[in-house]
Amino acid sequence: MLTCEPLKSYEEGCGLNEEEMNMKLTGAQVIWETIIQQGTNVVFGYPGGAILPTYDALVDYQDRVHHVLVRHEENAALAADAYFRATGKVGVCMATSGPGATNLVTGLANAMMDSSAVVAITGQVASYLVGSDAFQETDVTGVTLPITKHNYLVMDVNELPQVMAEAFYIARSGRPGPVLVDICKDVQQKMVDYEPIASVQMRGYRAIKPHGRQDIPALLQRAKELIDHARRPIILAGQGIKHGNAHEEFRAFVEKSGIPVATTLLGIGVLSEDHPLNLRMMGMHGEAYVNQAIANADLLIALGMRFDDRVTGNLKTYAKNARVIHVDIDAAEINKNVPADVGIVASVKDVLRELTPMIEKRSYPAWMEQINEWRADTQARDVLNVALPDDMLLAPHVMRAIWEETKGECTICTDVGQHQMWETQYFQHTRKNQLITSGGLGTMGFALPAAIGAKFGRPDDEVWAIAGDGGFQMSIPELATVMQEKLDIKIAIINNNFLGMVRQWQELMHNHRYSAVEMWTPDFVKLAQAYGMCGLRATNIKEAREVIRRAREHKGPVLIEFVVEKETNVFPMIQPGKSLNEMTRRPIQPAALGGGMEFMKEKAR
Amino acid sequence: MLIDRIEARKNPTKHTLVALVENKPGVLNRVASLMRRRNFNIESLAVGTTEDPTVSRMTIVIDASRTNAALVERNLYKLVNVIDVQDVTDLPTVVRELALIKVRVSDAQHRGEIKQIADMFQSRVVDVAKESVIIEVTGEEQKVDSILNVLQDYGILEVVRTGRIAMTRG
Ligand SMILES: Cc1ncc(C[n+]2csc(CCOP(=O)(O)OP(=O)(O)O)c2C)c(N)n1
Repeated sequence: MLTCEPLKSYEEGCGLNEEEMNMKLTGAQVIWETIIQQGTNVVFGYPGGAILPTYDALVDYQDRVHHVLVRHEENAALAADAYFRATGKVGVCMATSGPGATNLVTGLANAMMDSSAVVAITGQVASYLVGSDAFQETDVTGVTLPITKHNYLVMDVNELPQVMAEAFYIARSGRPGPVLVDICKDVQQKMVDYEPIASVQMRGYRAIKPHGRQDIPALLQRAKELIDHARRPIILAGQGIKHGNAHEEFRAFVEKSGIPVATTLLGIGVLSEDHPLNLRMMGMHGEAYVNQAIANADLLIALGMRFDDRVTGNLKTYAKNARVIHVDIDAAEINKNVPADVGIVASVKDVLRELTPMIEKRSYPAWMEQINEWRADTQARDVLNVALPDDMLLAPHVMRAIWEETKGECTICTDVGQHQMWETQYFQHTRKNQLITSGGLGTMGFALPAAIGAKFGRPDDEVWAIAGDGGFQMSIPELATVMQEKLDIKIAIINNNFLGMVRQWQELMHNHRYSAVEMWTPDFVKLAQAYGMCGLRATNIKEAREVIRRAREHKGPVLIEFVVEKETNVFPMIQPGKSLNEMTRRPIQPAALGGGMEFMKEKAR
Repeated sequence: MLIDRIEARKNPTKHTLVALVENKPGVLNRVASLMRRRNFNIESLAVGTTEDPTVSRMTIVIDASRTNAALVERNLYKLVNVIDVQDVTDLPTVVRELALIKVRVSDAQHRGEIKQIADMFQSRVVDVAKESVIIEVTGEEQKVDSILNVLQDYGILEVVRTGRIAMTRG
């Protein structure tokens, strides 16, 4: 635990007697003490003038906290976000004032949208300079106001211990989110009486602030009645189940209720995908049978999800005949997009603990039979049914090969784009929180920094970063971080020489007018070698399996370039403004092969 | 969309929310920023201190035909510095607004008439100059609207209104 003992380098030169030293720490020391006390032992950051006193103090804390020098502050925030998702511990990132702090913005917005507990610590100009447009001064609390759960500007060292404790508490409690603490340079240098703060009491903040006075027993009773009367119910499972650590309660509820489950993108991993009641992912690129089931349901039980437009399609036609039970820890989500017949503001864990014993054990044979009929149709259209020619590789085949070779025993961090959706479709996630991906913000460049964060969180796990050639080129500098930290990460680049997902939209919705999507790429294998990393390439399925095997055998980081067919589309797809049951589908396979490799579209009935 | 559907069920076109917030720098900015970001439509927002110097009180009037007051309330709750929020629209409340109205006076007769009007509205003339007077009026919004309406004919030079403040009865 925490010691308040003076650190050598501060004993000299600061002119305090021994007794004073025992009670006083510098602001910089308070920062590190708090981070350690909060159980985080990795910080992702980048130094600079305004945060220098804190980096100076780091020298004395190196045995207790590891600092990872990233190559761009955005990646510090993204790595901290993934560290949280991999461990449940608050991710911490650090940057200097001005440009350092503004570089965090995308990563903080990402953490905000995906509800990740991140504490960002930024240096600020000295308190007497605040407001004067001093060198590298930026109003960082102003800039990050809408993309943080809360933020602070600390101009008085006496506030620092309390603020640091509050920041961690706010970040991780209730609906998790990012908190930024902007700390003036002189505050980092000044001394303060420090006692570790064991519990935080805040006047306004309560982790859960229910709207109005909820009559929970009555709401549960009403939910039970809706469940009793449903014939075609479906559970919509979101990330709230992970954050509430409610995996067990969730599985018990699913198995007793017998109700099939569709997950959101971030909900992948709340229930093993080989569980017979897990239908898998819903939404824009969810499989058609999943969306058909939702469109035809008479009851939606939404748990810890927020009816994002990527999962609902057109709201006017969304699940028209369904009653809705919505459980969320954030009151502002209830009735935001979809009106709830029963809306409960509480943690999913608490609700399921109460609700599961209230309901009867049931199953829905007729409903499942209908869903299975739709599922068979989907399976008949599977791209994997196509026997590929020797000179061709498709991204879905790569995803399936990674899954088969790893037997699903790994953590996957994806970037954003087509490959991200293929990963969800062709990798079967059987482990808890196995997929780490940028959902709400859709941040390109996420995969590699996320893999770095995840590897620190799960050092013994096999960690894969899967990125497109576009997103990967946004994070190339972090290869240096991987090497410096000697991280055993497998990096898969799905190279289609296009900004694939954008090209798909241009093809389908802009009449093939390709504008600014064709991408020149460097020789990725040589690039890997330039960083001192093992580089491999595959251009057909045989090679793909071979390089995956070799990469896994190699102890240390490996970068693999998979050269894939350039213009494959992700299907099914709900085009913007369309309804769940108006998906653009793959044609029945393998008929597609006859028509060349153009995986065109066909309207779902 | 949804907001319309929910709003269609209730009728009042205005909702009054009372929020108690920590009296710290930047809190008004947080509230205003939330309103802007979520595209909420505010009619008026009045802030002042309370019996507790560490707490400020905001009375927020929402244009409920365009913004769902319940969502505003729930989002306000999410702000760390917000201590309590209450929608007082359907509660028995005392609602007041204060306005200062500067009216043109061309002669003594007008001045007399304006004084009479002010009396009828139980308001006061608080400044008299050669060519204008200032009237201070407090009351519910409609009362302020009415006196403005009547004074219109004399030539209104300037108006300032505080926006609504509200307190539940009892
Ligand atoms: C930072 C950022 N900029 C732009 C976009 C818009 N965008 C979404 S997907 C995509 C294309 C991604 O291309 P690539 O990384 O090659 O992956 P692919 O879709 O080909 O698998 C773009 C540009 C984004 N999501 N994030």
